[in-house]
Parts: sequence; structure tokens; C-alpha cells
Amino acid sequence: MARIFAFIAHKGGAPDDTAAELIAAAKKIDAAASPTAIVLGWGAELDAVCATLRASYTEVWKIAHETFAYPNAELIRKALVKVLPAGAIVLVPHEHFGIDLAPGLSIKLNAAFVSDVVAIEGVEGSDLKVVRQEFGGQVSAHVRCDLSSGAVVTIRPGAFKPLESAAVNGNVVDKSAEIGVLAAGRRYLETVIAEAGDVDITKFNVLVSIGRGIQEKDNVAIAQELADALGAAVSCSRPVVDAKWLEKSRQVGSSGKTVKPKVYLACGISGSFQHLAGIKGSPFLIAINKNAKAPIFQVADVGIVDDILEFLPELTNKVRELRRVA
Amino acid sequence: MEILVCARRVPDTSENEIELNSAGNDIERDELVYSINEPDNYAVEEALQITAKVGGQVTVVTVGGEDDEEILRREMAMGANQGVLISDDAFQGSDGKGIATILKAFVQKGKYDLILTGVQADDGGAQVGGMLAAMLDYPFAALVNSIEVLDGKKLKVGREIAGGNREMNEIDLPCVLSIQTGINEPRYVGMRGIRAVASVPIPTHGASDLGVDPGAVGKAAARVKRVDYFVPALGKGAEMLRGSREENVDKVLELVAAKGGLK
Repeated sequence: MARIFAFIAHKGGAPDDTAAELIAAAKKIDAAASPTAIVLGWGAELDAVCATLRASYTEVWKIAHETFAYPNAELIRKALVKVLPAGAIVLVPHEHFGIDLAPGLSIKLNAAFVSDVVAIEGVEGSDLKVVRQEFGGQVSAHVRCDLSSGAVVTIRPGAFKPLESAAVNGNVVDKSAEIGVLAAGRRYLETVIAEAGDVDITKFNVLVSIGRGIQEKDNVAIAQELADALGAAVSCSRPVVDAKWLEKSRQVGSSGKTVKPKVYLACGISGSFQHLAGIKGSPFLIAINKNAKAPIFQVADVGIVDDILEFLPELTNKVRELRRVA
Repeated sequence: MEILVCARRVPDTSENEIELNSAGNDIERDELVYSINEPDNYAVEEALQITAKVGGQVTVVTVGGEDDEEILRREMAMGANQGVLISDDAFQGSDGKGIATILKAFVQKGKYDLILTGVQADDGGAQVGGMLAAMLDYPFAALVNSIEVLDGKKLKVGREIAGGNREMNEIDLPCVLSIQTGINEPRYVGMRGIRAVASVPIPTHGASDLGVDPGAVGKAAARVKRVDYFVPALGKGAEMLRGSREENVDKVLELVAAKGGLK
């Protein structure tokens, strides 16, 4: 079995949660595998990440370079190509950096590439058998990936449960001298922090969250009326922001806000994993969607197949009635 | 600026419920509504906005078959100067690398300053743009949600990162960018616009036109293969309320109150 490497995302001197998840993924490829962590960074932060990783990885490859203080996918790719052995299996978290890095890395390693893997069903012959989701999670696919000249596999964050295992006392191997001189056609300038917006959706116990099913901008008022009656806020999924019907600050998901309400009303939201990734704290999730096959019904507590444009106004009226009686 | 947009025609998930076929080995493709992959449409709009500011032409290319011409015409109706179909039996069953190999050959026959792709297709792997860039040794940025032309040699691009934040980069031309939805507001395309380009010839290139080795692409060369589709049994799923609308409204209200949501 080829050697397995785990690309470690990290921030502020701490490894990302995916660092532990990649060990679990590696064990699904080969139960006996002891993956090697590969971590690129700079200075005290890099040292702190490596020190933490030693508790869970038996070997940690450390690659220090001034330019890695902020990760640049092109430079990191060039460094990885210098240090990785031929035929390696490289696991990378499928998030904004992994998406930037991994496809090009596979080309330069002449390795197979399979992305956004949610389950691994082992190896048969030279093929790695994985599961991916397609069409926004409406269907899954069994996919085979030929490992004979190595593979770059991106792993969906949260899909693999970290294993409970005894602390190891791993070795840190400094590979910094092997990367040579690096140059890139892309240079990091700055990070622009998201605007706060008019309403802080992270502060509400109840969210009336709308998706593509709201259909047009004027219909947002239907959700707002319900939210007003409930004392809730209106949040949304990505298509609503893309269509400019609501501000980015209202978006729940991996590229938006992370919320922890008590009750989450998912209205006309299909339930992509990017959206679900922004809902934490196990709120009571009520889903209303016209499409009975919408993936949101797989994760909701209660589901109703109905048109939100008709359902929500009736709910609003009922809430108002109740308020009047009370 | 000469801009190439790589686009795909895909089943439209906003118009279809995607289900398994009766054999269970593929999705049910009869009566599916297809459209241009949504991020690709944003990429074309972005290209049109750039050329409107700095001049140049927009070419839209797709790898596929005759049916895929419809998205090329749609994008020409939006304003793209040219649509190109890349089609060959040898290309069928290509994996992401195969598609990138084919596109690389096409890119090298022309002279493009900027190549855009959509960030991902609903049945895709967010891979072709990054692969194409690596094959061409061009700089690349994924998840791009803003572009500013700095001069003839470089762009300032924003990338969507976690939490709604944006990472700003300077990138040298020529380069490849994968475009995220929401970067702009794609213009409306009416039937009249589509009719106006209905008879514009669409050049088609095959493997020999592009000098692509048929053995390097297609099913035989694919190292990544989809075996089948399935619908996984996930958890217990939601308790479905199957009452009348009024009953469901009452039940939802009761549940919201019980969970502490009516204060």
C-alpha cells in the first residue's frame, strides 16, 4: 500500500478539525495505515501546530517558509511536489484552500484526483472505492479511483468521525531544506473581513431561513413577516445571496455565518452540505419544501412537503392570532 | 483582453428532482431539463463585463455533443462573441484530467489572456480549472468572487474563503480563474436574443483538429470512474407531517412553542 499523507490546514497555531478527520479517512483506505501529517507554515505558529499534531500523528513533516505565513496554493503545491514520494496518496480537506490546491497538485504529481469524498469503502485491486455526492446531495455515486500512480483525494470536512486513539509521541521531520526556491504568479494581498450587516443572525433563537424556493425578491417579505411575528430573524442559503435578494450577512453556511438557534425553519432550502455546515448546536429543524426528495428532509426533525409561498403566510396569521389571544 | 470561458450543460437542479433510473445504475435522464451550469453562466457574465471595460472578445467553449450547442447559443445571446464545440467519440467517458487535457489543446491553438471556468458543476469535482492551469503552467485561483483589471499584465481577484470573508490576491496574466456564483448579476436572455444567434455557425473541433492523443483521454485513460448512482439510507430522516395545510401549520406552531421559539 502506498504511503498516505494528510495535508494539515491550520490557523493561529492550531490544526484545523480536519487534521483528526484525515486520520480516520486514511484508516478507511488501509486499517494499518499510519498517515504522515504534512504541514506548511512559518515561525512559532508552525511549531505550535507540529507540537499539537505529534499527539495524533506518528510522523509530522514540517515545511517552514516565510511565504507560508499566509498559505498560497501555488507555492505550497510547488513545495509539496518537491517533497512527496512518487505514488503517494495525499488527503486534503475539501475547503476553500483544498479546492485551490488539490487539482493542480494532482497534475504535477501525475496522480489520480477525486474530490469531496464523503465515505471510503476500501481498496480493491489498484482501485480506491469512494462515495461522492452529486446534484446537491440528491444522489450519491460510487466512484473508483486508480491508485497505481498515486492519488490526491479531497475529503469533505465533517464526513469522517475522528477516531478515539491513545496519544502517540510522533516525530517531527523538518523538510524545509528540500523545497528550494519558490516563485508564484499569484500574490496574497489582504483578507477583507465580511461586513457585519444590519441584523446579526447568530444572536437569534429562531431563524426563518429561506432558499431558492422563495423564488423572487418580493417574496422575501413573506418570510420577514413570519420572522417579525415570531421575534425571529430571516436568514438564507447561498442562492438567495447570489440573486442579491438578501445581504451576504444573512447567509448560513460554510461560506457564510455559523448559527446556533433553538429552532431553524428551513423554507424552500434543499439542504446542501455547505448550508448544513453552518447550522450548529442541533437546533430543532423544521423543513418545508415543495420537493419531497430534497436532501433537507434527511436531516430535519420535522418535514412538510408544501409551497412555502402559501404555507408561510398561513403560519404568520396563526402566530399573530396566538399573540392577540395571549 | 481575449477571454475563454469553459462551460458545461448540466441537468438543472432547480428545475428537476434528480432520481435514480429503474436499473439503479444512473440518474433518470428522460425528461430532464438541462441548462448551462450556473457558475459557468456567472463566468460568462464576468467575461462580458471585463471586455466591456477594457475591450477584447469572449469565446465560450464546451466539451460535449450536439445537444450542448444550446448553451453556447444561450451564452452568445448574452453577448459572447463566439461559441466553440469540442466533440469527438474519443472524448466520451473522460475524467476531469481528460477534459482538462482536451481544453489545454484547445487553449494552445488560440491566444487567451484569461481563462474562466465555473467553480464546480452539480455532478462535477471542482477540478478542471485547477488542472488546466497546472497543465499550462498558468497561475490559478479558485472560488473567485471579484475581478479587477489592474493593467494588461495582472488582475486583482477576490477569493471566497470561510465565514463570508474575501481573500484578495494579485495574479499575473495569462491565468485561469474558477468563478463562484454571486460574483455578478448575469443578464437576462430572452427568446429574441436566442433566435438572433440561432443560425450562427458553431465551429466544432475533434481530437485530430486539436492534436489530442485519443489514448490520453476518454474512458480508457480515465483513472477516476463513476460506477453507479445510489440513494443512501441516511439516519431516520424527518418525521413528515402529512395533514392538511391548516393541521400542519398548527403542528409547526406547537413545535416552535415547545422548543422555546415563541418568546
